[in-house]
Amino acid sequence: MSVMFVLIILSLIFATGFLAAFIWAVRNGQYSDQYTPSVRILFDQQTKRRGDANGNGDI
Amino acid sequence: MSKNKLNYLEDGGDTPEIDDCCDHCGLPCRGDRVDADGKHFCCSGCRIAWQILAESGLCDYYNIDSGLQVPTGQIANRREYAFLDDSAVVDTLLDFQNGELAYVTLHIPDIHCSSCLWLLERLPQIEPAVLDARLDFLKKQLRIRFQLENISLREVVELLASLGYAPQLSLEDLKKDTAVKADRGYLQIGVAGFCFGNMMLLSFPEYLSINELAAEFRHFFAYINLLLSMPVLFYSARSFFKSAWIALRQKTLNIDVPLVIGMLALFGRSLYEILSGSGAGYLDSFAGLVFLLLIGRLFQDKTFDALRFDRDYRSFLPVSATVVQDGQETQVSLNQLKAGDNLLIRHGEVIPLDARIVDGEALLDYSFITGESEPVAVAKYEKAFAGGRQTGGLLQLEALGSVSESNLTELWQNDTFVKDEEADLVSFTNWVSRYFTAGIILVACSTFLYWQSVDPALALNAFTAVLIIACPCALALSAPFTFGSVLRVLSRKGFFIRHVNIVEKLAALSDIVLDKTGTLTHSGNSVARFESTNGRPPLTEQEKSWVYSLARQSLHPASRALSQLFSSALNAPVQDFNESVGKGISGIVDGHSIKIGSIAFAGGNAHGDQQASAHVSIDGRLRGAMVLRASYRQGIDGLLKRLSGMFSLTILSGDNDRERAQLSQMAGSDAHFHFGATPQEKLDHIQRLQDHELVVAMVGDGLNDAGALKQADVGIAVTESTSLFYPACDAIVEGGRVIHLADFFRFTRQAMMIVRANLAISLFYNIIGLAFAVQGNLSPLICAILMPVSSISVILFSTGMVHFLERSLPELNLQETPAAKGIRHSKLTEQFEERPMTEALGG
Repeated sequence: MSVMFVLIILSLIFATGFLAAFIWAVRNGQYSDQYTPSVRILFDQQTKRRGDANGNGDI
Repeated sequence: MSKNKLNYLEDGGDTPEIDDCCDHCGLPCRGDRVDADGKHFCCSGCRIAWQILAESGLCDYYNIDSGLQVPTGQIANRREYAFLDDSAVVDTLLDFQNGELAYVTLHIPDIHCSSCLWLLERLPQIEPAVLDARLDFLKKQLRIRFQLENISLREVVELLASLGYAPQLSLEDLKKDTAVKADRGYLQIGVAGFCFGNMMLLSFPEYLSINELAAEFRHFFAYINLLLSMPVLFYSARSFFKSAWIALRQKTLNIDVPLVIGMLALFGRSLYEILSGSGAGYLDSFAGLVFLLLIGRLFQDKTFDALRFDRDYRSFLPVSATVVQDGQETQVSLNQLKAGDNLLIRHGEVIPLDARIVDGEALLDYSFITGESEPVAVAKYEKAFAGGRQTGGLLQLEALGSVSESNLTELWQNDTFVKDEEADLVSFTNWVSRYFTAGIILVACSTFLYWQSVDPALALNAFTAVLIIACPCALALSAPFTFGSVLRVLSRKGFFIRHVNIVEKLAALSDIVLDKTGTLTHSGNSVARFESTNGRPPLTEQEKSWVYSLARQSLHPASRALSQLFSSALNAPVQDFNESVGKGISGIVDGHSIKIGSIAFAGGNAHGDQQASAHVSIDGRLRGAMVLRASYRQGIDGLLKRLSGMFSLTILSGDNDRERAQLSQMAGSDAHFHFGATPQEKLDHIQRLQDHELVVAMVGDGLNDAGALKQADVGIAVTESTSLFYPACDAIVEGGRVIHLADFFRFTRQAMMIVRANLAISLFYNIIGLAFAVQGNLSPLICAILMPVSSISVILFSTGMVHFLERSLPELNLQETPAAKGIRHSKLTEQFEERPMTEALGG
């Protein structure tokens, strides 16, 4: 049963790693803008260059 | 600004064919169409924008969010951004620079859809010296990293402007603010949540009363819990201790005082139990309490990124002005302007300080200051006031004093703008907590005394149990969640509130003061009408065509408006056309002599309508005049009737009282009226009402209301578009939503009732808990269940009721421009409005 001591301490250290990751993410500004990335991700990485520049949507 | 696309009078006359739409911005082309490469553009600004995109292979821009409006390209006025050559200005604007690289954050009001995002983040593709561009969509901020040696800040700004995304650079932007506070909130919640989760796991043996667990494990778990509770106590819960301490030092009680008492009792008792080995303590409940309370804080601190509630005159004035010194034009920052400086003001620029006109034809638009939509002509050597926007040609001015001495900024020297308003806040929750705190201390002490006489061993136990269970966490969560939801619901309806405390003030209103121009009426959307002179027959179709033919010969705004008004008429040849500057135009059409202009020019007596902008006479007989009248918003009479039923209503206008009869008919007999009020008088009026212990809301729009808005308990600014200027205020309502104000006020009153009902719910839980506590048998399990259950039921009741009541609010009308629809879809709360008259006029 004494392995429990080791396991619990290990799991806590492991979890602290996630807490550190969270703190890093907040410090990195990932929580300051929570909307723009949701739009940004929908754009294609590399848009094909179009031969003619004829695109005015359908306004 | 945009040219010839939006006639400032929407006459609906010649609707253009779809082929006539600009290939860049999609607006109809009128007048000077520009053709290039088989495409046509409404102006050369749009052509340049298209060219830049085509050369960089970025024409996919047009396909991303089809149906949305692309901002009109602009040809940057060559001097407009000249102040960015001043290294002192550049240094204040840049976030960071190290000689080669520079970072700048620019606010761009025209951002409204995903193609804006797409294009702006591809700025490096257009200009290689720009290394990186990152947009924060909701804040409308573009953060750019660029090579200082290859491109100057001015060139970056001019590139953005030529694409139609002109950054807003105002004096106020030179003050930097940081967003560290929000980040700390997330960190505190994250730490509390982390500790809470782990502690709950380690407390499971206690919950399940697993008694066969070895004692060493129990101690081990308890000590780990103690370790985990340290960051919660010293980091996450810090703000509660701070707030309670401030309240105690001011000899008042706020909701944080009983909370802190509860927390300390929880922690102290747990510490004692763990160290003495007598039990496991309630540290999991302690962490859970802090975690929930922090979530409540975060929920109530909802901010609207795109809105600023604290703008003063600085955000309206430019950063610098053009000064002529020894025949040389230089850009001087506003703070350094002094009396005697010779200023140059170009078309569309704002006069930064009170000045005398030395040369040029001044046609000043004071709409932001007075709310009056018609430009005013100011003669040579007369005084022009700060805040006026020149709508004519080049203007030469002599400064009469520094910026802070001008008429406009004087209002901000008033005490109202200095006082700290949050200091004297007495919210319902804080009011309740006074009695609450006294109550629990009373119950706790009497429990202690009772057990002291019956069973002294249990006395301290029961005492702390009462303090723990009476911790008003449910009560503390009630207002943040109720008012936080109200904030969110109302923002979806076009009413934006600065802070949750304002909701409470709105619910307590007794008096409403309304401004007239721009609030009850549309600002910048006057309707031109032709009114026949009394006793004369209305114009026939043929006569209209004569007037039209003459009016279209002139470029004067009044003539243009008149020709718009009669644009359905036929054109006829004009002979002997003559334009007398400052008086009017005359000519002979079909053998009839037509005159358009001032009343004297048109041959009438001076008793004509002074409001009219152009009088018309035919063959020497005065026939009528074109009048620009601000039109009342649709449904405004219904609003006034409802408001005067709910509150004591006052209409406070800077205008003269010519519309008194119409207003009193709309508002009913109970309303009060004051006309011709100066900004200072408006402020004083609010103050007088407040001296009678009344809670006053002021609804207004222009700078002339700024003092009153600030003085009022709740200042509500009306704006047609949040990218335009509006004064500092507590709440912002979209122009089209003004007529629903009564519904919004009623909604806040209902929210207040929800908070009261929550008080009953939380008291109910407290009484159940106290029943356990006074008997001295509070097990960690009961504590761990009762606290979250009471909190969560309050949260569910608050948010649930608010959203249920939301149904009674009027729906937002989605039959707006396609652009506005798109913005709703993209969850933006801001409405894209057609360019206002003030901008469209300047073509």
